[in-house]
Amino acid sequence: MLVVEKLRKTFGNHEVLKGVHLTVKKGEVVVIIGPSGSGKTTLLRCLNVLEMPDEGTVTIDGKQLQFANKPSKKEITNFRRLTGMVFQAYNLFPHMTALENVMEGPMTVKRLNKHEAKEKAEQLLAKVGLKDHMHMYPFQLSGGQQQRVGIARALAMEPKVLLFDEPTSALDPELVGDVLKVMKDLANEGMTMVVVTHEMRFAREVANEVIFFDEGMIIERGHPEQLFTHPKHDRTRQFLKRIQ
Amino acid sequence: MLMDPERLDRLMNIAQSSLLPLAKGALLYTIPLAVITFLIGLVIALFTALARLSSIKGLQWTARAYVSAIRGTPLLVQLFIIFYGLPTVGITIDPLPAAIIGFSLNVGAYASEIIRAAILSIPKGQWEAAYSLGMDDVQTLRRIILPQAARVSVPPLSNTFISLVKDTSLASLILVSEMFRKAQEIAATNYEFLLLYTEAALIYWVICFFLSMIQGNVENRLSRYVVR
Ligand SMILES: Nc1ncnc2c1ncn2[C@@H]1O[C@H](COP(=O)(O)OP(=O)(O)O)[C@@H](O)[C@H]1O
Ligand SMILES: [Mg+2]
Repeated sequence: MLVVEKLRKTFGNHEVLKGVHLTVKKGEVVVIIGPSGSGKTTLLRCLNVLEMPDEGTVTIDGKQLQFANKPSKKEITNFRRLTGMVFQAYNLFPHMTALENVMEGPMTVKRLNKHEAKEKAEQLLAKVGLKDHMHMYPFQLSGGQQQRVGIARALAMEPKVLLFDEPTSALDPELVGDVLKVMKDLANEGMTMVVVTHEMRFAREVANEVIFFDEGMIIERGHPEQLFTHPKHDRTRQFLKRIQ
Repeated sequence: MLMDPERLDRLMNIAQSSLLPLAKGALLYTIPLAVITFLIGLVIALFTALARLSSIKGLQWTARAYVSAIRGTPLLVQLFIIFYGLPTVGITIDPLPAAIIGFSLNVGAYASEIIRAAILSIPKGQWEAAYSLGMDDVQTLRRIILPQAARVSVPPLSNTFISLVKDTSLASLILVSEMFRKAQEIAATNYEFLLLYTEAALIYWVICFFLSMIQGNVENRLSRYVVR
């Protein structure tokens, strides 16, 4: 479903991604963990082409983007429609209600009419448990509710792969559960997901594979149980010790 | 005694009889001139702001030069160039169209800076969220950025509009018969300069007072989605 090859990204003279290879099969959930500043956010942003990699390729559902040949704006925009992004800071549109936030992509990009878009958005908001909050503006919602709107908004575009960048790390602890539950349901429905998170329980229960990422490289990957209990690398071990 | 009853009577009469011509000047020229040039100016401003924010160097540079030239020269001089200057190279423009051109260009330059700042004040995350849904630049601007930028720019744009209403008095100097020119014409017949100019000033004040009230309403309506 998702294949990343030799992905490189440099900011100035700081090489943030040093040739990343990654394969995610259809319906798989991959959790990425790693220290702050290791390049996890940059990796997700490159998959969504919010950041332009210097080199490498990303292939999603058979469609490939080669970054060395400088893809055009139109190619990038089309490629972006294959992935959905859930941001750490939610980034909801503040001038639209929850419902309008979810309707926006389908209406503007997919050219659905208002009626179809609304019906779909209502279903999605019900699915993330926000049926009663549809007509509220983001500022009237808690962080957890905003993030669930963010997930519904991404789902509305029917992406092939859903990317999550620390979706719960800006939330009060008591609100984390609701968001994780929505993500777990999605995983059980067979959504292909790449999730950067430090929620170890989520990783254990949901992930097919956990990746330890450090200094722009994948250091170690494996089944969650194996990686958490018998890490092969010292760096992984030290990192796990620090966050537990 | 400062004023004998006879003179007071005369002043009252003049004040009364001049009220209608002044009001006409305001309703037929001052206000329409301000409204029309503001609307044209906003369109110019939007395109100028976008040109300055675009990645095309030529557009950026043209927009910068335009804004710099307009902001760096007096409005009165701009009006004189258009109305008295251009005829010497064969371009003759009537007073009212000349005023419309001059004021629109002027507002366009000032408002473009306001709109540019408003667009830049919208967090990067808003662009990214829109891009991540597959929107292109134009869709993102139209649906996500400009609606939010509009709210940010209402207070400064209202100030621009109020200044514009007052600046229309400069059109009197290129023979547009707006309110202040009417006041000058009447004063020239009866020499009651203080009275007529004060009367005109009061009418400007009343207009601007109402504009400030409207501004407040618009701001409230546009800010319904933010915490107060
Ligand atoms: N736009 C940018 N310009 C310059 N440096 C950046 C930019 N974005 C990220 N970086 C740098 O890249 C490194 C990795 O950042 P990031 O991907 O956010 O890491 P993580 O998400 O793992 O904490 C950091 O050192 C950060 O300072
Ligand atoms: Mg990060």
